[in-house]
Amino acid sequence: MSTETIVETESTNNDDMARTPVLEITDLTVTFPGMNNNPDVKAVRGVSYAVHSGEVLGIVGESGSGKSVSSMAAMGLLPEHAEITGSVLLHGEEILGKKDTEMARKRGKVISMVFQDPLSGLTPVYTVGDQLAEAFLVHNPKAGKVKAHDRAVELLSLVGIPNPEARYRSFPHEFSGGMRQRVMIAMAMANNPDVIICDEPTTALDVTIQAQILDLLRTAQRETGAAIVMITHDLGVVAGFVDRLLVMYAGRPVEIGSVDEIYYGSRMPYTMGLLGAVPRMDLEDQGALVPIKGNPPSLTDLPSGCPFAPRCPIVRPECEESEPELLTIGARASETEGDQDENTDAQRVACIRSAEIEANGWNAQDIYPVPEIPELEKATGDRESLPEVLRVQDLIKHHPLMKGAVFRRRVGTVSAVDGIDFDIREGETLALVGESGCGKSSTLMEVMSLDRPQRGSVEVMGREVGTLSRSEKFGLRRDMQIVFQDPMSSLDPRMPVFDIIAEPLRTHKVAAREVTERVYELISLVGLNIEHATRFPAEFSGGQRQRIGIARALALEPKLLVLDEPVSALDVSIQAGVINLLEELQAKLGLAYLFVAHDLSVVRHIADRVAVMYLGKIVEIGDTKSIYTQPSHPYTQALLSAIPVPDPERERTRTHIVLEGDLPSPANPPSGCSFRTRCQKFITLSESDQEQCMSVEPTIQPTNGGDQGSACHFAERRSDLV
Amino acid sequence: MGKFLARRLLNYVVLIFLATSFAYLLAATNLQPRVYFEQMQPPPAPEVVNAQLDTLNLNDQTPLAERYVTWLKGAVTGDFGKNIQGGDVSSQMWMKAGVTLRLITVATILGSALGIAIGAYAAVRQYRAFDKAATGASFFVLSIPTVVIAIVIQVIAVAINDGLGFTFLKYVGEYSAGFQGNAWELLLNRIHHAILPTLVLSLALFAAFARYQRNMMLDVLGSDFVRTAMAKGLTRRRALFKHALRTALIPTITYFTFTFGALVSGSTFTEKIYGWHGMGAWLIDSISQQDVHVVAAVSWFMAVTIMAASFLSDILYAWLDPRVRV
Amino acid sequence: MSTVTETTPDVPTAPPAPNRMKDIARQLIETRRVIVGIVILVLLTLFAFLGPVISSWGVGERDYTALLEGLSPDHWFGTNRTGQDIFTQTTAGLQKSLLIGLLVALISTAMAAVIGAFAGYFGGFTDKALTWIADLALVLPNFVILAILSRHFVGNGGWLILVILLAVFSWMVTSKMVRGLTISLREREYIHAARFMGVPPHKIIFRHILPNMSSLLIADATIMVSAAIIGETALSYFGLGVQSPDISLGVVIADGASFATTAPWVFIFPTVLLVLLVLAVNMIGDGLRDALDPAAKSRRS
Repeated sequence: MSTETIVETESTNNDDMARTPVLEITDLTVTFPGMNNNPDVKAVRGVSYAVHSGEVLGIVGESGSGKSVSSMAAMGLLPEHAEITGSVLLHGEEILGKKDTEMARKRGKVISMVFQDPLSGLTPVYTVGDQLAEAFLVHNPKAGKVKAHDRAVELLSLVGIPNPEARYRSFPHEFSGGMRQRVMIAMAMANNPDVIICDEPTTALDVTIQAQILDLLRTAQRETGAAIVMITHDLGVVAGFVDRLLVMYAGRPVEIGSVDEIYYGSRMPYTMGLLGAVPRMDLEDQGALVPIKGNPPSLTDLPSGCPFAPRCPIVRPECEESEPELLTIGARASETEGDQDENTDAQRVACIRSAEIEANGWNAQDIYPVPEIPELEKATGDRESLPEVLRVQDLIKHHPLMKGAVFRRRVGTVSAVDGIDFDIREGETLALVGESGCGKSSTLMEVMSLDRPQRGSVEVMGREVGTLSRSEKFGLRRDMQIVFQDPMSSLDPRMPVFDIIAEPLRTHKVAAREVTERVYELISLVGLNIEHATRFPAEFSGGQRQRIGIARALALEPKLLVLDEPVSALDVSIQAGVINLLEELQAKLGLAYLFVAHDLSVVRHIADRVAVMYLGKIVEIGDTKSIYTQPSHPYTQALLSAIPVPDPERERTRTHIVLEGDLPSPANPPSGCSFRTRCQKFITLSESDQEQCMSVEPTIQPTNGGDQGSACHFAERRSDLV
Repeated sequence: MGKFLARRLLNYVVLIFLATSFAYLLAATNLQPRVYFEQMQPPPAPEVVNAQLDTLNLNDQTPLAERYVTWLKGAVTGDFGKNIQGGDVSSQMWMKAGVTLRLITVATILGSALGIAIGAYAAVRQYRAFDKAATGASFFVLSIPTVVIAIVIQVIAVAINDGLGFTFLKYVGEYSAGFQGNAWELLLNRIHHAILPTLVLSLALFAAFARYQRNMMLDVLGSDFVRTAMAKGLTRRRALFKHALRTALIPTITYFTFTFGALVSGSTFTEKIYGWHGMGAWLIDSISQQDVHVVAAVSWFMAVTIMAASFLSDILYAWLDPRVRV
Repeated sequence: MSTVTETTPDVPTAPPAPNRMKDIARQLIETRRVIVGIVILVLLTLFAFLGPVISSWGVGERDYTALLEGLSPDHWFGTNRTGQDIFTQTTAGLQKSLLIGLLVALISTAMAAVIGAFAGYFGGFTDKALTWIADLALVLPNFVILAILSRHFVGNGGWLILVILLAVFSWMVTSKMVRGLTISLREREYIHAARFMGVPPHKIIFRHILPNMSSLLIADATIMVSAAIIGETALSYFGLGVQSPDISLGVVIADGASFATTAPWVFIFPTVLLVLLVLAVNMIGDGLRDALDPAAKSRRS
């Protein structure tokens, strides 16, 4: 079906090695046959691509687009019952349909893979070193244990594991996520393969660790000279990393071309929408995000025409007739025979209107209806005059650190939240940002619990929660509600949507008639249909579930909405819709948001003020614009600089500050300034200044006379980072 | 670590103490040793009965608290009193325990080894003929009470013996009564007797282990680490054997320990039906003979084995699984 | 899509009536094992309750003209050595065994669910205390206690005491499982959400936690039915289970065991029924677990 076919592979193989792609996939399809009368899942439907030695190919797509399955098929890692057709050539040799024993000789030697989740990717019962040595030994059985051990240690130091000789004997659970991913990369590099497939290698990691891993992958490519296939959903990660980009949707490639062509001249409405839906950390006033309506189609029941047609803003009746092929812009299916060879590297698009888009020079804003979001009337300038919705002072949350599953015992204290102050005014959004383990979620739980804090105070609507009686707390709960991160687990799977949204109302003894009315009102407020009321959460997509969660939180008309990573589990195209909804609700209902997130791009888009947390403390706080354009704390600077932006040209010219090492254990934070162990500024300081960092804990000091303040002895505003 | 272990052991001691005391008190109030003596032929004089009961510390005319304290004083020093015939309970207990342990050790090792092998292989061949057959067989065996298995196997043995015309399979007793011969012959004779009861016990265990191991194996089959192992260049078979099975064995081994502990009382039926004089059979007999001290001693022994087994399985778990290891 | 619809369409005034069981029922019907199990169980139940009625002999009644006789028009399943009609004895025994199994499963599952959920949800002292009680119940020599107390099972309703004792000694393992599940459910976001909207703990347990493990509880209860039936059979074999005049399958089998070779009908009929009963219950339980337990389902994918 799909077009790319290089015919003369055999002949060119010998005389022109450079021209032969290392890995070439043609017309690959993967179908998982349904069991027990379930329909077949057509996970991949005709994928073709080729990567040459030293080249980096990116494959982007949302969950379920078939991007991972196609590369698993190339590795021969799919379960036996998967039906695979097409061709996978490795150095011109067909490897599809080879026996497992033959494939095993290729895997890890010629073609290797880095997986997404380093947490479960290593066998828990063997040491890291042994698993690494095994990767070497399995392809060099004669090398012997000693040599394998040495190679493993060498690899560990190559990927930047400190003290590799000792770390050889560590078990996977003793490593942090970032270190495990390093080990996975070391494993993939062990036999100097010719292709490395990276399947979302940084998705499970924090931004500063992501920057380290991306750096490492660049090193790995340099060391091995391998071709890299980078699979991701993150348009920022690929922008500065890959040469060519393949966009997948519903198991099919919909656009392929060089990075610049795709980012600056996409001619496929889906890609255009995807790029428009990404919140940009580097743009000051992006305006409303481009939401793509609807959800990706189910792979068991695809529409007959273009799979994107039901969501496409410029759909035509012809789109539903047959699935468009991946062609050069403006070309027609009939004209393509024969002249493919010269054009393999040209941008190709699977859209019948590509020529029209090209001719008109449309971009996402032109073809997608962008919602008008009313601006909230804000009392300009003086936020001090607005009523306070939440004030947190010197809040502390320590909990015991337990060790051992069988012999549980306390081995220390974790300072999850270690003395933080902030306030939120009416109609304002404060974002708490930081990497995992920084204490942002603990802060939020501590605020929501309404219990007396271990130290410090929490005031909601001007009332100190520690002093309230049980019934007063119950009443106060009406004013503050929460929306959670995971749309899978935030709704009781056994309750229909109606009961879920009605629960807060019923708990607070609202009359039955009013409950019914209010629930239906809320359902339409968040953009769902009345018929959805009888359905169960499992019948909804992630974005819809998040809307149900928002409806539930709004039921009691709270004044403060606490949002715990509300969009981080959603695909980009869905995320934009939810972000727009949140902005709209805030403007409409005058809500105050406490927004917890690790994604700084989303935060820039939605927050008025930002507080950056590190190891249980706020290191910098201020209005969004100041923080993003002139961050003064080294950590904020590193954080902002670590985030890749979805803009290839800009990404190529940016210098990233890559922090050293991992987050220290919150059970045993460094003395003085807790960031000093990883601080890029600390190294440049004089010895006496370093002494100060090590012994004196910095407190938040105003840095520009206004709202911005940071906890660094040597704070200095920088504006060259994004 | 040391403090933690000590606390846990103390908790076990308290639990064992409570369980044994409870059993003693229940037996002392509900069993009627007096009746045992009164029914003797010829019936002894009431004074004689009382004197007998007094020497055994079983007289229901003595206040319960007093009897309990007397018994307890002995029990803490390892003396569980006299049985109703006047024999020493403690020394008998170790003999009976030996019989039971001999029986169940072989049976558990045999049954679990077979069950693990078949269960693991069935998981790898999920939904294939082997899996279906193995799953069906273990499912069927699990639905039959041990008592019935024991009897049916005995019936079959009788039928085979009748058919052959000589005693091919022995199904009563631990060894032939009055058997004369050298140590080697005696051993053979014992093994000959042990075949059937071992078979009965291992059959049920095999079924349980096959099911358990299959589930554990299926849990890890789709794991990311198996995929990683294959991506390194291991074949599917080797990845499954070296990475999946090794991980899936951990819960099974702790399950094994636990089963072993539970089997001390679980083998009662087999012992009784095949005429082995082990712990379980002893308990049943002592209840019908109104033998309070034996009941208490057996209860103590069973509580100890259960606790020891659960403790051991925890230790094993921690030792085998580096995630749990401290 | 994200634009808020200003015009509220005709808002229904009554809450909808969703059908929770619909989904589960459909899944069950798709599991063949469950259907087979249910059919066998229904037939056995009919047999158990109609048998004593259509038989011309009373339970325990003796026909001194037919001692240990084989199958005949008078005695469909033959008679035992005291002249009791095996058909009558077996069906009456089946009836009691069924009742015992169901009641024990019901009581012990309820205990397990409540104790496990409270221990898991509240944690701290409640958890320690309840876990300790469960440990104690595990260590108590249940067999000894049942055996010693067996003489109280005599008389009208005496078997109910047996039921309660069996239940008291079989909730612990399930309750540990429920506790573990509760601990993981407790951190689910919808539980947090309920807590943050002010729903009191006991309501959270009964509204959100237990319903979400109901499938597991149902499956486990089913397995418990068969475990109780097997347990009762074993006790009865030593004469420590159901006492005369009550009769259970275990009692009938125990009576017949010694005649298994000489008069097979005394042993075969009750045994086959027992195995069939346990098998049917196990099939239902196993099928239920597969159909309802997401963890088990992932194994099947």
